[in-house]
Amino acid sequence: MTMSEEVRLEPILAEFPDAARDALIPILQRVQEAEGYLSEVAIARIGRHLNLPASKVFGVATFYNQFRFLPKGKYHVMICRGTACHVKGSVKLLDVLTRTLKVRPGQTSRDGLFSLEVVACMGACGLAPAMSVNGEVYAKMTPKRIEKVVAECRAKEQA
Amino acid sequence: MLNVEVNDRTIAAKPGETILEVSRRAGFQIPTLCHLEGLSPTGACRICVVEVENAAGLLPACSYPVQDGMKIKTHSAKAVEARRTIVQLLLSNHPDDCLYCSRSGNCDLQQLARDLNVDRRLYRGARSSYPLDVSGAALVRDPGKCILCGKCVRVCEEIQTVAAIDFLHRGSKAVIGTAFDRGLNTSSCVNCGQCVIACPTGALSERSNVQDVLSALADPTKTVVVQHAPAVSVTLAEEFGAKPGRDLDGEMVAALRLMGFARVFDTSFAADLTIMEEASELAHRVATGGTLPMLTSCSPGWIKFVETFYPEFIPNLSTCKSPQQMMGAVIKSFWAERNGLDPRNIVSVSIMPCTAKKFERSRAEMAHDFVPDVDYVLTTREAAQLIRTAGIDILGLQPESADTPFGERSGAGKIFGASGGVMEAAVRTANFLLTGSELSELDIQPLRGLHGAKELRARIGDLEVSAAVVSGLGNARALLDAVKAGQKQLHFIEVMTCPGGCINGGGQPFHTDPMALKARMRALYSIDRSESLRTSHANLSVKRLYDEFLGRPLGERSHHLLHTHYQQRDVLI
Ligand code: SF4
Ligand code: SF4
Ligand code: SF4
Ligand code: FES
Repeated sequence: MTMSEEVRLEPILAEFPDAARDALIPILQRVQEAEGYLSEVAIARIGRHLNLPASKVFGVATFYNQFRFLPKGKYHVMICRGTACHVKGSVKLLDVLTRTLKVRPGQTSRDGLFSLEVVACMGACGLAPAMSVNGEVYAKMTPKRIEKVVAECRAKEQA
Repeated sequence: MLNVEVNDRTIAAKPGETILEVSRRAGFQIPTLCHLEGLSPTGACRICVVEVENAAGLLPACSYPVQDGMKIKTHSAKAVEARRTIVQLLLSNHPDDCLYCSRSGNCDLQQLARDLNVDRRLYRGARSSYPLDVSGAALVRDPGKCILCGKCVRVCEEIQTVAAIDFLHRGSKAVIGTAFDRGLNTSSCVNCGQCVIACPTGALSERSNVQDVLSALADPTKTVVVQHAPAVSVTLAEEFGAKPGRDLDGEMVAALRLMGFARVFDTSFAADLTIMEEASELAHRVATGGTLPMLTSCSPGWIKFVETFYPEFIPNLSTCKSPQQMMGAVIKSFWAERNGLDPRNIVSVSIMPCTAKKFERSRAEMAHDFVPDVDYVLTTREAAQLIRTAGIDILGLQPESADTPFGERSGAGKIFGASGGVMEAAVRTANFLLTGSELSELDIQPLRGLHGAKELRARIGDLEVSAAVVSGLGNARALLDAVKAGQKQLHFIEVMTCPGGCINGGGQPFHTDPMALKARMRALYSIDRSESLRTSHANLSVKRLYDEFLGRPLGERSHHLLHTHYQQRDVLI
């Protein structure tokens, strides 16, 4: 039997007894680490733990780019928007990704296959422009190569 | 005492007073956008900057305390230019929509742009792409017109303790929204409209029904009737430029008739009816060991607040419908029957000081056979709009009186419009019901005034009654918590969602005059004092309604038509 999210959250919150508002970010980070994203259930539960309204918890979480509010897709695509990648045209790549995956950064496609995340720098500046799929880094990307990588993922699913 | 110079005029000031407060006292108006009376300043907008001799830069008047010998120039060239730049920046991503905006003519941003001679677009920024939120039964949010002053957020969180909305995202993407950025209808919002009153722009407004009412009035197959709430007649005049506190009851009735409403009824009549039911319910609860304290149920924002945040108190809520809904129910039953009308062909309109009434009328419990008891709710502001559309010079009309059988009202019904009024009306009647005689003094002073929490201990017959009156949901929350903790033993609690009661409802005219609330409240009590009929139980029309139709308070028909039930709400809080 799988544990409900409420139950899974308890040990994490227990790490922060009597926590006040300044514990919000660390708690959000821990929950995202464990769950992969911040669900409605998690936001509400964290709010109750800290005596903060859900709108506030959500508002603070959206202030930082690191948090996501939908589960990751089966293929989690990260695109680097660091300086090196930017110079090499990552704006265009993001645009291509948004269109081919039909998701915006931070979102997950309806079929649950793809999610897209923009990262400030992947630390792979020598490979710019870079992207990754489920952690595997792809170097020196072009729109054509993006389409190819995405097509490969889709093909794998159909097989 | 400190001495401060404002625009070369010397004025005495108390330590801790802000530049804004002292300047106002000296007679100089400094514009503000993010400043909220009574709440701590955030200094977010900086429109209030003034020049102070020897200060390093311009200082924000709303938050900066005066110092002895300070020399302030509220409108120096430098200050005015800084304000002008701020407005120009605010307008850089603003939709120039004034022609189509409900706030036009009443918008702080528009006014500032005009006052500061902003005559063209100087900066061009990307427009916000956030869509309108039309999901709410009562309110419409237009993030495109939002200047992120944060007033709505603070009112909702600090005054109402609802916190349905907050700042989301950051930088150029910053926006005000609900948890998970969903529609207001799925949030914990209670539709009180206090954020609308606070908003300096058209980013927040009520969902308008003016066009719907105009269409109904033009439809010959419909009989369109209207009721108006106690707090409307004492504020409507402000929409037409009159001083706060002028009562327009009779003129309003005349105007509504001119527009083609078949009947004009007074919600204060239904307030009297509410008192008959509610006082009987309280007596019944006390006699039978029912759930106490009983909580009033006439303010629909408060009802949703209990359903959302304090479901454990649902059994404490009086089952009485609000006066609006009682009136709606008797119009489409008793009155329809008497006049041989099919309820389906009656369009029942109500004019309310309140945005939450729009939500209330849409509740499933407020209909019979899928015919809603009230079809459209107009706020005081919308009613004024309707009157303007009809081209009526309301201030010049001869007063007329409301229609039978729901036009007679007591002073007790009228003071429902102020916080404490329901309790005062209830005590007057409870005393009569329990002792058989009238109170020697009908004015109950401890229940009056604008403070958010009041208490009354009174002897009624053999009963020592403890009652409390709160307005503003933050005060209500504090009281419920005290009751929960066993710190307060009370029989009866009156709660009004809006601070001060309906005179300060979310549908009332936007006011900049801080004395407006007091004037509105005074007007209600002076109407009561001048009335010969001052108690609900002496209202003969109410008596007749019981004799001819309802039977008795809490009787079967009453139960069916005038009482309701509540449900816990499962929303993100
Ligand atoms: S909010 Fe004010 S400035 Fe903006 S369109 Fe409406 S009236 Fe004009
Ligand atoms: S209507 Fe009231 S509860 Fe709803 S967002 Fe505005 S202030 Fe908050
Ligand atoms: S919606 Fe109105 S009150 Fe709220 S932040 Fe925007 S402009 Fe200010
Ligand atoms: S009104 Fe003073 S900073 Fe906004």
